Amino acid sequence: MAATTELNFFQEKKGLFSWIFSVDHKRIALLYLYAILGFFLVGVTLGILMRLELLNPGKDLMEAKTYNQVFTMHGVIMIFLFIIPSIPAVFGNFFLPILLGTDDVSFPRLNLLSWWIYIIGALMALSTLLFGDGPADTGWTFYAPYSVRTGTNVTMSVLAAFVLGFSSILTGLNFIVTIHRLRTPGMTFFKMPLFAWALYATSWIQLLATPIIGITLMMIVAERVLGVGLFDPAIGGDPILYQHLFWIYSHPAVYIMALPAFGIISEILPTFTHRTIFGYKAIAFSSLAIAFVGYFVWGHHMFTAGMSGAARIVFSIMTFLVAIPTAIKVFNWVATLYKGSIDVQPPLLYALGFIFQFMIGGLSGLVLGALATDVHLHDTYFVVGHFHYVMFGGTGFAFFGALHYWYPKIWGRMYNKAVANVAFVIFFIGFNMLYFPMLISGLMGMPRRYYDYLPEFHLPNMISTYGSWILATGLILMLWNLIAGFFGPKPETGRNYWGGITLEWQTLSPPPLQNFDKMPEIPKGGPYDFENNY
Amino acid sequence: MEHHSGLVLPNSGHNRDAEASKLGMWLFLFTEFLLFGGLFIVYMVYRMLNPEAFLTASYQLNVTMGAINTVVLLLSSMTIAMSITAIQLGNSKRSIQFLIFTVAASLVFLVIKYFEWSAKIHHGLFPGMDVFNQLPHGESLFFYLYFFMTGLHALHIIIGAIFIIVVIFRTKNGQLNANNYSHTENAGLYWHLVDLIWIYLFPLFYLIH
Repeated sequence: MAATTELNFFQEKKGLFSWIFSVDHKRIALLYLYAILGFFLVGVTLGILMRLELLNPGKDLMEAKTYNQVFTMHGVIMIFLFIIPSIPAVFGNFFLPILLGTDDVSFPRLNLLSWWIYIIGALMALSTLLFGDGPADTGWTFYAPYSVRTGTNVTMSVLAAFVLGFSSILTGLNFIVTIHRLRTPGMTFFKMPLFAWALYATSWIQLLATPIIGITLMMIVAERVLGVGLFDPAIGGDPILYQHLFWIYSHPAVYIMALPAFGIISEILPTFTHRTIFGYKAIAFSSLAIAFVGYFVWGHHMFTAGMSGAARIVFSIMTFLVAIPTAIKVFNWVATLYKGSIDVQPPLLYALGFIFQFMIGGLSGLVLGALATDVHLHDTYFVVGHFHYVMFGGTGFAFFGALHYWYPKIWGRMYNKAVANVAFVIFFIGFNMLYFPMLISGLMGMPRRYYDYLPEFHLPNMISTYGSWILATGLILMLWNLIAGFFGPKPETGRNYWGGITLEWQTLSPPPLQNFDKMPEIPKGGPYDFENNY
Repeated sequence: MEHHSGLVLPNSGHNRDAEASKLGMWLFLFTEFLLFGGLFIVYMVYRMLNPEAFLTASYQLNVTMGAINTVVLLLSSMTIAMSITAIQLGNSKRSIQFLIFTVAASLVFLVIKYFEWSAKIHHGLFPGMDVFNQLPHGESLFFYLYFFMTGLHALHIIIGAIFIIVVIFRTKNGQLNANNYSHTENAGLYWHLVDLIWIYLFPLFYLIH
């Protein structure tokens, strides 16, 4: 049989250059994966250091300014280097062409270029740690006028964000064209897996929002270099204008971070409940609805910054509206579990963890979206807790869920499932111990972005810091378990390790260079039609 | 690309796909629009806040030079459209001639821009210079936006011209021809965008009085 002698994409070519100049979407995806995980660990380390500083009131570990630089760097790395590219650039790159039944994205060379631009941007961002006047201390939002005045190396950080945005745009562009042009015959839009739908909606946001931040950041650079009062009120600029321009991108950007995660959950749940997803079209359209409505809610970041009452009410209403398509997804996922034959495996645990944590994140978001409560909670730890619940508890968990889900497909190997379950439990407990107290200290009024706090906030901060150690333990155990899977005897993972029915399970593990060794067959009743396939 | 199992996927990412190429270019043009869109918003906000200052400052710009440049760009948009028609009809030589004319027009545009800019710089109106620093805030914003937006636009002219030069060479050695001209079309699309943005910049800075 020809299939057994087929080389997989790892074996086709050897050597460093065959990777870093590869136009194969699978290799590019893995390049992203290794880079992103590396940066993620840097970001985690910075986060742990911050928690360590906050273990006790007063100065423990670092100066106030150092703390400011650390949280800025943590934000820049986690947002621009980890979360934004994470799921699309790694799993989107690897699986979008396979899920559509094709052999690559539409522009393979552009795909490689995106990775190089990403690496250049990442090095620029990290270079501020070593060169110049130290990393920026403005927070990842680079709010004017401080970002215009501070002596730290804001210019380089901002340029890095600009370059990274370019990479993000090109990936989005590539995915949209791929989805339009390369679906295999018979794969209509409504036969696409929901991960493809999620990537489609995400890509449109990447394309239509990122240029705004690009130009805004360029204006910050120009203002710093040329000293023109565009945003700094001392020289006649308008800082609120900066905030508007910044959030016109950066709010849709949180959907760039969240939508692909929704797609992952929609892939994992049917496979481990062995039934079709509940409300396929509702989930597909709600992605587009979120992408669309998400454009008109940016003002909710600025309720206390100075906007007319009418504007605030409109932005608040729009914010509540965006919760509807999100809730549609959650209800459909839960309905998918109902009467499914649930097979509890590590990827499913991550998906369930996602639903639980994203719900807390989403509901706390509504508290912030309401005008009256936001006035009290603005710039408190409640915001920090909310954001980490949606981004780390949501997208981060989905990322690791996807890693556990597609691991046997990507590498044709397997990790120890018992260890993976234990690691998940530790990770999950650590996560909630780390971030739930932030919601409480925020309600108590603890402001964010300080290296010090009043004694009455000691208890929640202590629990948080202990939680960060548990979380780190779980993370290390999880990564160690995944790495250990590469060594030792190779188990028989077969084509379809989990019993899924989307197209990636029809090919070899790892896939051959052109992804399929025989023509993929599209399930007749839609991508999750388990009734007719088993 | 090697196909070990002899399987040929019908829709391959490595096939030549003119539609995909054009779709990609259109999507890229959207991002360009939004890039300038951010600047248009800033312009609008500051023009509304400083209407008199913007008016005073705009009288300093040379409408004649701006108008000549507008005509030059419109002509070049026409020639690149003609070059696409030429290559569609199989006349590569004619197509190259029109492309060369387009590049020449871009150079004329840049030279005129150079004289405009150096006149302003000569008067100390570039951000950071003495005269500029003493301007009322609204006027300095006008000049700042003028340099930022026309500078970014000039950068696009340069990129577009390089793009067209590449297309010229690829047409010359036969890679682009009547059966494969999506790159020519894409160069055309990009060039029309550059032209179109100028069509907005010209009245915003030179004409609104």
